[in-house]
Amino acid sequence: MSGTLRLEVNGQPVDVPDGASAAAAVAVLGVPFRRSCGGQPRAPLCGMGVCFECRVRIDGVAQLRACMTPARAGMRVSTDD
Amino acid sequence: MKAFDLIVVGAGIVGAACAAAAAHEGLTVAVVEPGPVGGGSTAAAMGHLVAMDDDPAELALSAYSLRLWERYAMLPEIEFSRCGTLWVARDERELAAVPARIARLAGAGLRAERVDARQLYELEPQLAPGLAGGMRVPDEAVVYPPRMARHLLDQAGAAGAQAWLGRRVVELLEHGVRLDDGTRLAGPVLVATGVALPQLLPELPLYPRKGQLAITDRYPGLIRHQLLELGYADSAHGDAERSVAFNVQPRPTGQILVGSSRESGVADREVSLPLLWQMLQRTFAFLPILRGLQGIRIWTGLRPATPDGRPYLGPLPGRRDVWVAAGHEGLGVTTALGSARLIVDGLLGRVPAIDPAPYLPARMLGGAAA
Amino acid sequence: MTEPVRRYDVLVVGAGPAGLAAARAAASHGARVGLVDAQPRAGGQVWRHDVRRGMPAMARRAFAALAAPGVDWLPGTQAVLAQPGWLLADGPRGALQLHYRALVLATGARELLLPFPGWTLPGVTGAGGAQALAKQGWPLRGKRVLVAGSGPLLLAAAATLRAHGAQLLGIHEQAPLHALRDFALRLPRWPGKALQALALRTRLAGVAYRAGSVVVAAHGDDVLREVEIDGPRGRARLACDQLAVGYGLVPDTGLAELLGCRLEAAGRHRRVAADALLRTSVDGVFAAGEALGIGGRDCARIEGAMAGHVAAGAEAPARALSARRRHARAFAGLLHETFALDPRIHALARPGTLVCRCEDVPLGALADLPDARDAKLASRCGMGACQGRICGTALAELGVCRPEASSDGGRRPPLFPVRLAALAESFTHDPQEKRP
Repeated sequence: MSGTLRLEVNGQPVDVPDGASAAAAVAVLGVPFRRSCGGQPRAPLCGMGVCFECRVRIDGVAQLRACMTPARAGMRVSTDD
Repeated sequence: MKAFDLIVVGAGIVGAACAAAAAHEGLTVAVVEPGPVGGGSTAAAMGHLVAMDDDPAELALSAYSLRLWERYAMLPEIEFSRCGTLWVARDERELAAVPARIARLAGAGLRAERVDARQLYELEPQLAPGLAGGMRVPDEAVVYPPRMARHLLDQAGAAGAQAWLGRRVVELLEHGVRLDDGTRLAGPVLVATGVALPQLLPELPLYPRKGQLAITDRYPGLIRHQLLELGYADSAHGDAERSVAFNVQPRPTGQILVGSSRESGVADREVSLPLLWQMLQRTFAFLPILRGLQGIRIWTGLRPATPDGRPYLGPLPGRRDVWVAAGHEGLGVTTALGSARLIVDGLLGRVPAIDPAPYLPARMLGGAAA
Repeated sequence: MTEPVRRYDVLVVGAGPAGLAAARAAASHGARVGLVDAQPRAGGQVWRHDVRRGMPAMARRAFAALAAPGVDWLPGTQAVLAQPGWLLADGPRGALQLHYRALVLATGARELLLPFPGWTLPGVTGAGGAQALAKQGWPLRGKRVLVAGSGPLLLAAAATLRAHGAQLLGIHEQAPLHALRDFALRLPRWPGKALQALALRTRLAGVAYRAGSVVVAAHGDDVLREVEIDGPRGRARLACDQLAVGYGLVPDTGLAELLGCRLEAAGRHRRVAADALLRTSVDGVFAAGEALGIGGRDCARIEGAMAGHVAAGAEAPARALSARRRHARAFAGLLHETFALDPRIHALARPGTLVCRCEDVPLGALADLPDARDAKLASRCGMGACQGRICGTALAELGVCRPEASSDGGRRPPLFPVRLAALAESFTHDPQEKRP
């Protein structure tokens, strides 16, 4: 459990440990994961795929749960949806 | 026993509209609804305000109702969104039918325009390549029907109507109704119970036509118009026991509502997976980008269908002081307001804005009961 | 090529302690077993893989089930629709039809997350939620973290957070001190549990543990800045980077509901009803572990094994486990007594506090709406992507618009949001898309 991998969040390179989730990568950058329909910034609540607060765009596909998606090298994550 | 000028049975969008219109005229109104307000076919509906032109009577009622809807366009809670309707032609043959449809809509006072292939893709870039064009009806809109039903019921209440929510009408009496808690209400009765109509009025033929819808997560701006295939009328109103048609709607939330299907003579509410497959395959053929979107809910609903496709609006021959407003199939949301005006004009003995004859329940009862 | 239509003697949903035990037990009788879990790795929440520490030692034997002969392990696979005799699932292999003769529901639990002013701020998570995020690499080094809510999960979460470098500001347990003392006195009846608690306390040496202490609000502009605590010493505000607050666990009954299994009341929530051999009200469907009521890991392992045996047609080995099951379940009863929620917690949300985070619906919008379906139609509460899981559970706890009173019974597929393409997969070899 030693290595790290590099992916991209909102166009910026981010390193996370092997086995980390895409959610961890977004948290490293420290930006909100999404805006609620009323415009509030949101970030994960449940950490286990239930609350859907961690929805981001991953490799072009919108509204995916970052906490359920293992980070992969070269993955592109964006939070501006 | 309490007496009313009108007892409306059912607070779906049609019953609620009738109650609001009657109360607005100064009638003393009672409304009885056992379930949530707008919780039946109203809640299951897409909420598309659309003129269907394949039957002149249907077109007249739709056009009349669409004008009445305009006064609610600014009401935030009903989520009125004037996205317009874009009818998509797959080929030149379908496109060739467009001028005649535009003329029919114009005859009813509705604006529509022909769209060529280039314009089609400007309007909706996500449509699959190879389509021929279509017809745009820019003034049509989408709404959130259960909230409109609730709003209409509130309007009725503000004009003095009394509601018995959570109560069911178990029996039609001579000049009144009996509720499940034994309460009796006296007065003329308007039955607006949608698919439940046969429970109170078994003499009127009405059967459920099941539909299924799926809705996605929020993808704002992906599509802009309510999209239908020009072949919709063939598929939606054909006699086939089961059919699907491309019918996709952008909700004001950014969600995409995906229809549509029709199944006759099925009264259960279970999702039919084979029909869902067909419906979604049909959708992807027109909008392939939808394949990757997250579907968050699938539900079914029952459209109250009549043998000739027209609603029942008017007095019921053979019963004293019993009126009907039901059987709108897939157009109850569009035509609720016009239906309510026809009913109230009838009750008050006024000349209505459109000819009420095509919708009179008497047409189904032959000579015998009339 | 992976086969999209798969047939099993026993299909197990959920690969936590219960599901792993069920798969192993069923496979021991020669059954062809399918094991699915929506998470990308096995272990459930309690044995979730940790990016720093790997797999818990205790889980290693249980994980052997994944490689057992006859077990088809499908990680990252979410069951979405129930059809007679099969489930539609979606995952990295695309849409799958999973056919079964017997089905074991080992769907586990969810954390009880309750609304309070500020709970939607980034930086506020569940307690178990924070633990799960930490194990998946959430950056915590040097972060000031306050752990709050109720139940033994708080200790486990705090230990994980600390191991990941968090600076713990304290653990605030809402249960009063006398309840915790009674609990400690009765703990020796379950020596394993007592040791666990002791080990956790040792790892948390130097961290303040406050009883009778409730988080009443989170403050911040765009992120959490301060936590407001109401405890025996009065009110206080603490500067804080992350708040991990959870009120225990509730059974995950979603798939059981979709299948039509009878549920029964479990406090203010519901659990799957099952008989002594873990048979639910639906023929061929069994349940084990937290779905049957919160009982903890040891209970889940025993029940998983029982359900796996019975599902494979072997009742005797299941019956042999009944006594151990009763003992483990008795511990759950003690937990419920000890950590019963203080009425203060039910009153934290104000009319303006959002209860439905997907649709931004405040509690005040639900006044006078009798059931969850009314609430949904009138306010959009529960209509969003979480499908009412967060708000529905919270409202059940608060006794507002209770889901079990809903006129649609809460049964609306899909079980989880899913690619539309997966719902359109007809599993025939016809060309997928015809020209329109």
